Amino acid sequence: MAEPLAPLLPGGEPVESLLRAAQFFTVGTPSTDYREVHREDGREAEEFYRERWRHDKVVRSTHGVNCTGSCSWKVYVKDGIITWETQQVDYPSIGADSPEYEPRGCPRGAAFSWYTYSPSRVRYPYVRGPLLELWREARERLGDPVEAWAEITGDPERAARYKNARGKGGFVRSSWSEVSELIAAAHVHTIKTYGPDRVAGFSPIPGMSLVSYAVGTRFLSLIGGTILSFYDWYADLPLASPQVYGDQTDVPESGDWWNASYLMIWGTNLPITRTPDAHFMTEARYRGQKVVVVSPDYSDHTKFADDWLAARPGTDGALAMAMGHVVLSEFFRDRQVPYFTDYVKTYTDLPLLVTLAERGDAYVPDRFLTAADLGDASEGAAHKMVLLDAADGTPKVPGGSLGFRFGEEGKGRWNLDLGGIDPVLTLYGGHTEAVPVDLPRFDVGPTEGGSAVRRGVPVTRVAGRLVTTVFDLVMAHYAVRRDGLPGEWPAGYDDPEPYTPAWQEKITSVPAAAAARVAREFARNAETSEGRSMICMGGGTNQWCHSDQTYRAFLTLIMLCGCQGVNGGGWAHYVGQEKIRPLTGWAHLAFALDWQRPARQMAATPYWYMHTDQWRYETFGAGELASPLGRGLFAGRSFADCVALAQRLGWTSAQPAFDRNPLDLADEAARAGRPVGDHIVDELRSGRLRFAAEDPDDPRNFPRVLTLWRANLFGSSGKGMEYFMRHLLGADDAVRAAESPPSVRPAEVTWRDEAPRAKLDLLVTLDFRMTGTCTYSDVVLPAATWYEKYDLSTTDMHPFIHSFNPAIAPPWEARSDFETFATIAREVSRLGAVHLGTRTDVVAAPLMHDTPDELAQPGGRVLDWKAGECEPVPGVTMPKLITVERDYGAIADKLAALGPLVDTLGTATKGISWVPAAAVEQLGQDNGRVRAGAGDGRPSLARDVHMAEAIMTLSCSTNGQVAAQAWEALRERTGVSFADLARESAGRRITFADTQVQPRTVFASPEWSGIETGGRRYSPFVLNVERKKPWHTLSGRMHFFLDHDWLVEYGEMLPNYRPPLNYARLFGPQGIEEENRPEVTVRYLTPHSKWSIHSEYQDNLHMLRLFRGGPVIWMSDRDAAKIDVADNDWIEAYNRNGVVVCRAVVTHRMPEGTAFMYHAKDRNLMTPQSEISGWPGGADNSLTRVLVKPTHMIGGYGQLSFAFNYYGPAGFQRDELAVIRRRSQEVRF
Amino acid sequence: MRIMAQVAMVMNLDKCIGCHTCSVTCKQVWTNRPGLEYVYFNNVETKPGVGYPRGYEDQDRWRGGWTLDTKGRLQLKAGGRVRRLLQMYYNPDLPSIDDYGEPWTYDYGTVIDAPLGTPNPSAHSISTLTGRGMRIRWGSNFDDDLAGAPEHAPSDPNLAGIEERVRMEFEQVFMFYLPRICEHCLNPSCVASCPSGAMYKRAEDGIVLVDQNRCRGWRFCVSGCPYKKVYFNYKTGKAEKCTFCFPRIEAGQPTICSETCVGRLRYLGLLLYDADAVLGAATTPDPQDLYEAQLSVFLDPEDPAIRAEAARQGIPDDWIEAARRSPVHALAVRHRVALPLHPEFRTLPMVWYIPPLSPVADVVHAEGYDHADPDRVFATIDSLRVPVEYLANLFTAGRAETVRLVLRRLATVRAVMRAVQLGRDPGEDLPRSVGMTAEDVDDLYRLLAIAKYEERY
Repeated sequence: MAEPLAPLLPGGEPVESLLRAAQFFTVGTPSTDYREVHREDGREAEEFYRERWRHDKVVRSTHGVNCTGSCSWKVYVKDGIITWETQQVDYPSIGADSPEYEPRGCPRGAAFSWYTYSPSRVRYPYVRGPLLELWREARERLGDPVEAWAEITGDPERAARYKNARGKGGFVRSSWSEVSELIAAAHVHTIKTYGPDRVAGFSPIPGMSLVSYAVGTRFLSLIGGTILSFYDWYADLPLASPQVYGDQTDVPESGDWWNASYLMIWGTNLPITRTPDAHFMTEARYRGQKVVVVSPDYSDHTKFADDWLAARPGTDGALAMAMGHVVLSEFFRDRQVPYFTDYVKTYTDLPLLVTLAERGDAYVPDRFLTAADLGDASEGAAHKMVLLDAADGTPKVPGGSLGFRFGEEGKGRWNLDLGGIDPVLTLYGGHTEAVPVDLPRFDVGPTEGGSAVRRGVPVTRVAGRLVTTVFDLVMAHYAVRRDGLPGEWPAGYDDPEPYTPAWQEKITSVPAAAAARVAREFARNAETSEGRSMICMGGGTNQWCHSDQTYRAFLTLIMLCGCQGVNGGGWAHYVGQEKIRPLTGWAHLAFALDWQRPARQMAATPYWYMHTDQWRYETFGAGELASPLGRGLFAGRSFADCVALAQRLGWTSAQPAFDRNPLDLADEAARAGRPVGDHIVDELRSGRLRFAAEDPDDPRNFPRVLTLWRANLFGSSGKGMEYFMRHLLGADDAVRAAESPPSVRPAEVTWRDEAPRAKLDLLVTLDFRMTGTCTYSDVVLPAATWYEKYDLSTTDMHPFIHSFNPAIAPPWEARSDFETFATIAREVSRLGAVHLGTRTDVVAAPLMHDTPDELAQPGGRVLDWKAGECEPVPGVTMPKLITVERDYGAIADKLAALGPLVDTLGTATKGISWVPAAAVEQLGQDNGRVRAGAGDGRPSLARDVHMAEAIMTLSCSTNGQVAAQAWEALRERTGVSFADLARESAGRRITFADTQVQPRTVFASPEWSGIETGGRRYSPFVLNVERKKPWHTLSGRMHFFLDHDWLVEYGEMLPNYRPPLNYARLFGPQGIEEENRPEVTVRYLTPHSKWSIHSEYQDNLHMLRLFRGGPVIWMSDRDAAKIDVADNDWIEAYNRNGVVVCRAVVTHRMPEGTAFMYHAKDRNLMTPQSEISGWPGGADNSLTRVLVKPTHMIGGYGQLSFAFNYYGPAGFQRDELAVIRRRSQEVRF
Repeated sequence: MRIMAQVAMVMNLDKCIGCHTCSVTCKQVWTNRPGLEYVYFNNVETKPGVGYPRGYEDQDRWRGGWTLDTKGRLQLKAGGRVRRLLQMYYNPDLPSIDDYGEPWTYDYGTVIDAPLGTPNPSAHSISTLTGRGMRIRWGSNFDDDLAGAPEHAPSDPNLAGIEERVRMEFEQVFMFYLPRICEHCLNPSCVASCPSGAMYKRAEDGIVLVDQNRCRGWRFCVSGCPYKKVYFNYKTGKAEKCTFCFPRIEAGQPTICSETCVGRLRYLGLLLYDADAVLGAATTPDPQDLYEAQLSVFLDPEDPAIRAEAARQGIPDDWIEAARRSPVHALAVRHRVALPLHPEFRTLPMVWYIPPLSPVADVVHAEGYDHADPDRVFATIDSLRVPVEYLANLFTAGRAETVRLVLRRLATVRAVMRAVQLGRDPGEDLPRSVGMTAEDVDDLYRLLAIAKYEERY
């Protein structure tokens, strides 16, 4: 077959003669014209490449990295060595007229196998020398490990010896037996001395490896440890989602982009952050989809836009408000679109009535009118909203609101069926009276609280109260002039008053005409396609202080145009979101709800804000952000005070809760023969007991033991990293800020003159690579990689569940997370049996979302029992106080067996519950049963695959029999039948073995809100729209209007534009201002990296070689010119929080005044000494610091209630500024 | 007529997301070896930009590819055989390591092994050539996403003639990605340049390879290839290049770069061509006619006579069938939306590109928009940011009309399918205006958008 044809040479007679003469170069047969030489030999060398390609086996696995990709990969193994990986292409088809999900993957995943044998792989357990020496000596001398730990940490000199060495090398190899005993001793001592809630663990994003996450949190739940949230901490949680939808985040799979005929990409760089999904967008363009990109720079996704709107960073809310102005003007005022009108009447709160309160010579919006206001005294009346019926103009109470959700009377009535009511959307036209209303604006004004604008609304009186509709308020707020209404109104789109297109142009720089045209196109597309306009949004617009407001302005467009709950339409939030498709089983295992309830779940942002003492560096109080239309609720209150208050009222989680060991509190109550709750209330009332948040610098309240797994807290998510270094770890740091002056210190939270350092006694990190977190840890445990263990992976980007499988056994001394926690649990049980035995713990639990707790504080009023405004009643005006028995000798047994509560209390998800008896029986057969110990007779969870199997067997998405039970539970509450949805999955179950064969498509499930039945793509809230199932909100509808006291105070009752925090004003200039050292102050943004997934892969050789081989800051050529910086020069970027040293990327794709540093540039690579700090020059988070926006801690009121990773303060970081200067081009590492 | 078969590739740049997955999977499988650290059989370049190695497209500097001599005969740009013989020991046209960037790694061990007292252990870059610490100054993708573009991109040769209109300023910024592998040319100048006869083009599938046993490391292939897609392994002293994954192709699998392309923009297929017509095509006098000339070399597998002749000449039935359902044939020949890269190099390259659409340059005044008619959501091709002339310099030796027609065809697919999905009558006029039928539009849509695995490869 081989007939090589070579080489082609110039023709023509003189050349031919030369060729004949030149044949010594190339043996073979020349063609007749001598231009080619044919040769039969020479093919043996091809074997070299064939041999290179050959391999022994291919194993299916994936990457447990926080990217939402959930891509199935082929891992190639040759001679027992992992060689490389390529993507699987065997996803089940999603239909003939659609692109498929194959292949899924990205360059980062393709480079993963490099880690297996990398020189920075953690091969053995490591402990830093000084600690190991102290430990061995004390352990040997004292004999008892717990006493040894007590002695080391109790002696300031010894403690300082090992804590001061953090981050300074000196790791010594230990053994698993030694190190697991040390870790267990620290746990047992801390639980005994300070309380189990002083033990904490942090691991993010379960979806990326369900079992590995769950085993760690299960262990923590069993011992009573504090489990820290991540989604809100990452500032990825869009607070607008719980506010508007009453759900954490629920978004379409990427295949549904295909169904959109108009797509706006607004703050999420799909090619970089959703690499395996981006093709659906590029391909949908050929189906006629128009793509609009809003982005400050010309980014990877801008390339695909038809229109690029280059809004200035952080001003997106202004653009969205102006678009809302256009849509309301043209599609609701100038003409009405029946599709839109019917939609908003049924699915949104726009027709609901709101009372108005007098304020000066005008009015302000006050509260939703409720059935209670009408004199209704029935169950839940204070949580039933009211509207007017167009038929007769009378007030009616439609079903679906919170008042119907939990009680007996609401059974069968919690639905959105209007039952013949035609809601009045606007009073305008039929009104006899109109009043002026004052509404907040934030684009002008002396403080962050902005100013006010006066508009007018038509009103009527109901039950003696002056009311209008939410719609009329929205029209007034968006400045849509209607003749005859009082107030000030812009004359037209060109009038630069809020919220016209011309107004936004001043703020965003997007031409007014373009903003208006895109808004018009978006709405018109929704009109003609019945809602198939979509907005993809993400970190770029979500990681600002006021992103909840920005997002609400986005969602306004979605809701007005009837896009939500429609395939191809709605919001598509893509940053940090995930979907644990088999949610129910996973949640019960992960938080050990099969053994005891509840777990200690804690919002991480306030936790770190307080415990890393970032609160000590404020220059302004919470009142700074309050609207002048407010009542002064925040006057004199610091942000730390707000944390303490929100915890005290039971709004948000409080862990650790009190300044006393909860085990001791239970003992005290037992000794006094009183219920623990009564004892605690008395102690609090007397002042003898305080909430820990009221004095975070009291050593009794420190977090003592912290375990990190699947996480790189310092190298990736640790906003305010230098404060972590200083206060939590006691390592060297580069904080440049001064502490708060006395005038702005907290009124209530105790200020200790000397800020504590090195609060943490033990930091343990499990990882397979030596990250910047590992280098600052006391103990580093060698973890198995994603190619060395079993686990499960799901995402919301695709509808499949698939598996991790070991291509090789964990090499060296690496262990899977599952094995590691089992090891630690065994040691804790051994020492716990001796030192702790069985104890009663009391958990302070917040008022929870999707439970009757949502009804606890009607009207969203702030009543502080400590101020005497109400009584302290656990579960109503303060946290619930729940006792939990903990047998510390049985932790390992319980970890490895499915506990009995699933059979008795059953399983619950999002407000519905059922008893999965058949599933438990099935599991006992599949996994086998435990013999002896605390789990005797229970289904086994002894192995990772057992846990995977249990997760799937107990979940609706993967077990049709369980789904049928859950659909039935939902039918009972709503009165709506879902039997058809249950039918498709009846009798079907996905097992772990199935996921090993091929990614498997999950079933339609009441755990989620899409209808995948019949091969439809997942789109959120389709269930709500098509089946009239209420949203999990106060009104059961999507909310434009929110009436909680704190939101009113902050002027955030309605969507609005709030600019980025003005740090230049609030903190003053931060430059050093040396002579002849030009500096430039820029907006400092930390977008996702193109070359890594957070900190993963940023140290991977393959990825580093693909760009500039280390951290860089992207800046505009215009800014670079101001400071004499050329491309690739070394620079220093700094502000009050710290310093970064890296190289500059100079480019014209960046706008002037803005700089990017890809986030999660870990300091374990290419981090030289800083000229400014003298200490190695930090990472991206050296320049950030968190602030806690108080409204994110609201609780006890409808959808504004706590749930883990559902409602909690965003650790936003994009409002930050940085100063950049050129530095010496000589760097030292 | 001498019928030969060639495996070829189309990349749809309009779908390329610039993710570089292709580079990594290719690297892992083929060049993750000492001596090849800097080597990317597959790489992805940001345009405008200077590419890899730096400025490779400038043949006035590198003298790669072919040219016509004064009598219109094809001759290697590097000069005649005699001249090259005289330069055997001094090849002035070889890129230096600085044009590639010195390859680097890191002293990773530091992070674990740092002795107690080391402030913040951190790995830093060391040269794989010298083992010493180094500052990274250039690499295979140093200018990704316009990084450093104000400094580097002005030397992009494709800006020739439009420098005045394309200034490196925020207001005018545009970019797109250009993934590149070996072109496996019909008229490969690397093969012709090799003094050792170590390079060859396989008879059965046209894949161009370096015989590792025969290569003597002269590196004339490196300079002879105008795409700089032959590399020198400095450990083995031999040239290596993209193999079109022949071990996979032979097993019926797509190339690694194709199968792992997460943008789903690569198509593989067989083309039949007349080997006797190659020289004539390559010597077409006007470089702007080279694209059409190359198309004329391809044979229509739907023509029964061609199929019969191919079979007679020994091409297997299944290969002929493969040529009939070749997406490369469909995109490049039937729909004419894929174009060759730099046809003016006269190598008749066999990796083809669909040029990219781009955002409008002026969001307010773009031609085609009507502020009063929100149903007109697409602007005209002439309103787009990427200058058609720039694309023409890449793909048609400067003939803008050809590129414009391709872009209009893509735009037509979008407009027609939008009408279809919104239930409007798309009409016949639009397809006709770009020389297509409604069926053509539908077929092209299916290829571009649905693009199932089995229809891409």
